[in-house]
Amino acid sequence: MKIIVLDKKNKLAILLILLLGSLVVIFTSPFAGSKLISLNNIFSLEPGSSDFKIFWVIRIPRVLLAYMVGAILALSGMVFQAVFRNPLVCPFTLGVSSGASFGAAIYIALGFSFTLLGISGISFFSFLGAVFAIAIVWYLSRMKQGSSVAKMLLAGIAVSFFFLSIIMFIQFISGVIQSLRISRWLMGGIYAFGYDTLIQASIIAFLGLFIIWYFSHDLNLFTTGEELAISRGVDVKLTVTILFFLISIMIGGIVAICGPIGFVGIIAPHICRLWIGPDHRYLTPATFLFGGLFLALCDTLARSLLPPTEIPVGVITAILGGPFFLWLLHAKFSDSSISL
Amino acid sequence: MKKNIVTIQGFSFSYDQKKVLDQITCFIDEGDYVSIIGPNGAGKSTLLKCLNRILTSQEGEIHLFGQKLSGYKQKELGRLIGYVPQGREQLFPYTVYEFVMMGRYAYVPAFSYTTAEDHRAVEQALSMTGIMDLAKRPVNALSGGERQKVYLAGALAQEPKILLLDEPTTHLDPKHQVEIQKMIWDISSQCGMTVIHVTHDLQHLCLGPQKILALKEGRLIFSGPSEEILTPANLKTIFGTAFVFLPFPSSGKKFIVAEAML
Repeated sequence: MKIIVLDKKNKLAILLILLLGSLVVIFTSPFAGSKLISLNNIFSLEPGSSDFKIFWVIRIPRVLLAYMVGAILALSGMVFQAVFRNPLVCPFTLGVSSGASFGAAIYIALGFSFTLLGISGISFFSFLGAVFAIAIVWYLSRMKQGSSVAKMLLAGIAVSFFFLSIIMFIQFISGVIQSLRISRWLMGGIYAFGYDTLIQASIIAFLGLFIIWYFSHDLNLFTTGEELAISRGVDVKLTVTILFFLISIMIGGIVAICGPIGFVGIIAPHICRLWIGPDHRYLTPATFLFGGLFLALCDTLARSLLPPTEIPVGVITAILGGPFFLWLLHAKFSDSSISL
Repeated sequence: MKKNIVTIQGFSFSYDQKKVLDQITCFIDEGDYVSIIGPNGAGKSTLLKCLNRILTSQEGEIHLFGQKLSGYKQKELGRLIGYVPQGREQLFPYTVYEFVMMGRYAYVPAFSYTTAEDHRAVEQALSMTGIMDLAKRPVNALSGGERQKVYLAGALAQEPKILLLDEPTTHLDPKHQVEIQKMIWDISSQCGMTVIHVTHDLQHLCLGPQKILALKEGRLIFSGPSEEILTPANLKTIFGTAFVFLPFPSSGKKFIVAEAML
């Protein structure tokens, strides 16, 4: 079985490449943006200079935040794809992002402002929205006739529309300022949030990585079908409950910060699966790294393309992700099979 | 005296009010080869799935090795019971080796990699099913017959005491049907593994002496050794159509043919 040993080496090499790529992106992209920054200025002796401030106070935390958000979205997408055995689902297509947005929109519209046990009220509301949406989709997928790809996607679209129309209603009845705040935030963007937000997002991202990695054997078995997973010894009910609760925290947490950002959760795990294979022991870290790298790059594009303005990063990922989704649908599903 | 390992007492199962299994009581001994037969919708697969808790029911009781089934952790069941499904699921592109290795789930702790013992079990399962040469192929590119052997190897990698088979050969061509049925029969007699096999193939029942459980409309209507159960009259009661038994000239083994076909 020499080939298999070699395989393992190749997979570790891919992970190393992704890690190095991530470091390159994290260290170079803070220099890009509507104001280019030269290397000399960031280590200057007078910390008051504007380049110094832009680099250390605004851009470094922003790039890292984009990285964490991308990693979280990608991991959530990967888990959904394994549990639902369906390569076209992600937090966005399942309506979970909309559910979280719905929670956050209610928070904004009601003009609440509170913190519970150190967790901001808006995160708490989007968490509840995400739980609600996942519960609906899970219930729909469990209905007697069995879940097909088409049914899952339709359920996701229905859930999405449902929440988005309620959000529109909320915007309609709330004041102009709240309404504008909601619609700007719905576009999805990573703005200047500083280090506190970065730390929160990093905790969520690494906690998510750790727990999902812990379940990588279980996720492998999920992809072979629920019955087979149970027969091999997976406690499916318990595992699904833990994973969905975790993802609700992850999605709720970042939607509260950045709004719904689409398609990272579908692109990243898919590309990683093509590259490193479907074994979640390797796929999990690869997806984390690739998702982070991808969104950090998209965000750099978002703030460099049209200076001095910024494009919301959700617009960039959707422009890239829409065609990718269509390609996937066409290339993989033209024979109406659901093989990957 | 063989040891009793599965006890099913007064067991019922319902899907949405509809009773699929009704007051089933039966006993299975260690090393038994059990075939569950019956018409479509009789509850055969449901009974099989209740044995490793793919499905659960509160009505009646199942005991496994003297312990209540509900008292087991799912992982413990994964070490005692192997399962081979009908196998029509779409699969992600794992290699055969990776897929069979997933049968070791119940033995591998989280975060850890597979041990030499796991690799030995997988290689043994691959050689027992004769698919060593497929080890590096992706499972989604296999033919139906090859894939069914991979499912069987996965179940054997569980190193179970009991092997559950849910019509594993129903969708296969005749060559693969025969090959896999003989394979299962040989594995059971060589390893002394208890096999519980849902089947539609009556010819399979003539492979050798075995225990038969016949279900009809959720009730157990016959149970016992094949020599006693396999009579034209009983088969007519079970399936609602007449059969004739023809002895094969050289071996004396019986053929079962539906009368309507003659």
